[in-house]
Amino acid sequence: MTSRPASLAQVPQLLLGPAWARLESVQPDVEGISTFWLRFEDPDLAANYRFEAGQFNMLYLPGYGESAISISSDPATPERLGHTIRVVGNVTRAFSRLHVGDLVGVRGPFGSSWPIDQLAGQDVILATGGIGLVPLRPVVYRLLAERQKYGRIVLLYGARTPGDLLYTGEFEAWQAAGIEMVVSVDRADENWQGHVGVVPMLFYRLRVDPEKTWILSCGPEIMMRFVVYEALARRIPPERIFLSMERNMKCGQGFCGHCQLGPLFICKEGPVFNYQTLEPYLQVEDF
Amino acid sequence: MTPRTGDAVVIAKPTLDALIQALRQAGYEPHGPRAEAGAIVYRPIASSDDLPRGYTTIQKPGSFRLAQTGSRRLFDATPGADSWKPFLFPPRQTLFGVTAENGSLQLKFDQAEPPKRALIGVRACELAAIEVQDRVFLRPDFSDPSYRQRRENLFLVAVDCHDPAATCFCHAMGTGPAVQDGFDLALCELDDEFLVRIGSQAGADLLCAVDCAPATAFHHQAAEAATDRAIRSQVRSIDPQGLPDLLLNNLTAARWEQVGERCLNCTSCTLVCPTCFCWDVADSTDLATGRMERVRLWDSCFNPDHSYHAGGGSVRPTVYARYRQWLTHKLGSWVHQFGVSGCVGCGRCITWCPAGIDITEEVAALRQEAGQ
Repeated sequence: MTSRPASLAQVPQLLLGPAWARLESVQPDVEGISTFWLRFEDPDLAANYRFEAGQFNMLYLPGYGESAISISSDPATPERLGHTIRVVGNVTRAFSRLHVGDLVGVRGPFGSSWPIDQLAGQDVILATGGIGLVPLRPVVYRLLAERQKYGRIVLLYGARTPGDLLYTGEFEAWQAAGIEMVVSVDRADENWQGHVGVVPMLFYRLRVDPEKTWILSCGPEIMMRFVVYEALARRIPPERIFLSMERNMKCGQGFCGHCQLGPLFICKEGPVFNYQTLEPYLQVEDF
Repeated sequence: MTPRTGDAVVIAKPTLDALIQALRQAGYEPHGPRAEAGAIVYRPIASSDDLPRGYTTIQKPGSFRLAQTGSRRLFDATPGADSWKPFLFPPRQTLFGVTAENGSLQLKFDQAEPPKRALIGVRACELAAIEVQDRVFLRPDFSDPSYRQRRENLFLVAVDCHDPAATCFCHAMGTGPAVQDGFDLALCELDDEFLVRIGSQAGADLLCAVDCAPATAFHHQAAEAATDRAIRSQVRSIDPQGLPDLLLNNLTAARWEQVGERCLNCTSCTLVCPTCFCWDVADSTDLATGRMERVRLWDSCFNPDHSYHAGGGSVRPTVYARYRQWLTHKLGSWVHQFGVSGCVGCGRCITWCPAGIDITEEVAALRQEAGQ
C-alpha cells in the first residue's frame, strides 16, 4: 500500500480497492431477491462510514467481480449496511451462494441522494416499481423518523405478481406510521385483493396538490417516463420530480465511461437526478 | 550559455544523440517512433538511427502507407495506429490481487514503480491528447494513482509537425501543428539543426549536458514558415463552432442511422484514439495458487456489453446508437464533462477505420442536416 498517495489512503472510498465487510445475515425477501447485511471489518471504518438515502456501494466478491448495489437500510444506522440484491448476473449469483461470516469487498458510498432536506412541509409521492423500491426504502425510514415534519406521504408501489412485492412485512408498520400505500400488481393471483395494473395508472385515483407535491421515482425507465408524464399532467413542476437511474457501472467515480447518459455520469452526478437534468435525453431511443 | 525555461536554443542534428544519451543518464528510458513492418510504432530507441529517417506517411480513410522521401529528416512520418496512450494508461493492468490467509482476505495493490520514460517525437496533437487524459485521470476529487505515477515519471520531448497527413485536422481543433505547451523540450526540425524550446526546469537541466547555441531570428522564421506550410497542407477540418450543441441537439438526425449502416462496430477508432479512456475490469482466480486478481482493460463504447447492465440489457443495442454515443461524447458531452473537446484532430480514427468513416465528414453532414 506504500505506493498509494497518503492523501488517498485516508479516503478508502475513493480508491479502486474495496474495504472488507463481514456478512452478518441474509434475509430472503422474495424469490430471487435477498437482503445482505454487512459490517465493516475495520472498526474505524464501521464507526465512521456514513451514507445518504439513494446512494450505492460497489460490492466485490474476489474472483467474481463487482456490482453496483443500492443501500436499502436506514442511513441512521450506517454501522450495519443492508443491500437488497436480485440474482441476475455472475456477481449476484455468487452472492446467493455466500454464507454468514463470509467477506465481501465494499467501495462507497457513491452517487447523489434523494432531496430529503427539501421535503419539509411538503407532500411526497414515492412512485416505484419492482426492485426500484430498494433505494427508496432509506427515504421511507428518514421520512418516518420525523413524520410530523412532512405533509402527505404516498407510496405507489407495483410489482409483476403479489409474490414479487418486496418488504411486505413492513407495510403495516409503514401505514400505521402515516404512509398512504397504494400497491398494484401486473398479474394478480387468486388471493390478491388490491389493484391490478402498472404504477403510472395509480395516479388516476390520486388527488394531488400540485403546489406542494414532490415525486421521487425509481423503477424501470419506461415506468419512470410514464410517472413523469402523469406528474406533469397534474401540474407538478419538473423541478420537484426526481428519478433514480440505472446503468452499467465499473468505477463509481465517473471515469470508466460506462454509465454515461449524454454529459452525465450516472454514478457520479446520479443516480438520483432532477427530471430537468434528464429531460433532453430520457426520451431518446437507445441513448 | 546556461539554458533556462522559456529559452529557445539550437543544436546541430547529430547532437540529438547526445540528448538521447543525456536522457538515459538522467534515468529515462528513451522511446520514440520507429518504422517497423510498414507502420510507425512507439518503441524504445537506442539512438536517432532508430527514428524513421527519410520516411513519410500516406494516409487516407481506411488506408496507411509508409513511403521513402529520400530526405535525411527524422520526424516527417506522422503517427500510425500507435499512440502514447498505452504508456500512461496501459491496455491491460493489474489493479490488485487478493489472497486468502487464515480466514481473512489480503488485498494487495500492484506496487511496481513504473519506469521513468522519455517520449521523443511527441506531436502537438499528442501532447494535447495527454492533457485531455490528464483531465480524466487527474481530477481534483479523484486521481488515478497509477496514471499519476506514470505521468510524473514522463519526460516529454515534443516535435513540431511539418508534414501532416491527409487525414490530419489538428489546426481546426486548435491543437497543432506547432507545439504550444506542456512539454519539457520541443524540437523543431530545420535543415541542419533543431530549434529547441525549453518548457521546464528538467528540460533546461538536460540541455546543460549538450552543445547548444542561442536561437536567432533566422531560426524562428524558418520554424514559422514550416508551421505555415503545415497548416496550409491540411485538407480536412471540423468547424468547431457550437459543436456540443450541434451533436446533443440532433440526437435523432437521420445521419446517425446512415453512418450506423457503414460502421462495422470493430472498435478500431476507440483503440487508436489517443483520448478514449473507457475501461472495464476482469476478475480471475489462479487455480494453482488460489490468488484472485482484478485487472483493468481498455473497453470501447462500440462493444454491445459496454452499456449492458444485469436485468436491463444493453442500453445501446444498435450500431448506430453506439456510433452516436462515441461521436456525441467525443465532440460534445466531453466538453461538458472535462471542459475540453475529446478530439485533438490527429485523424487516427479516419485512417484506421476499415470502412473509411470520416469524423470530419460526419460532423459536416450533421451540420448540413441541422440546417446550419
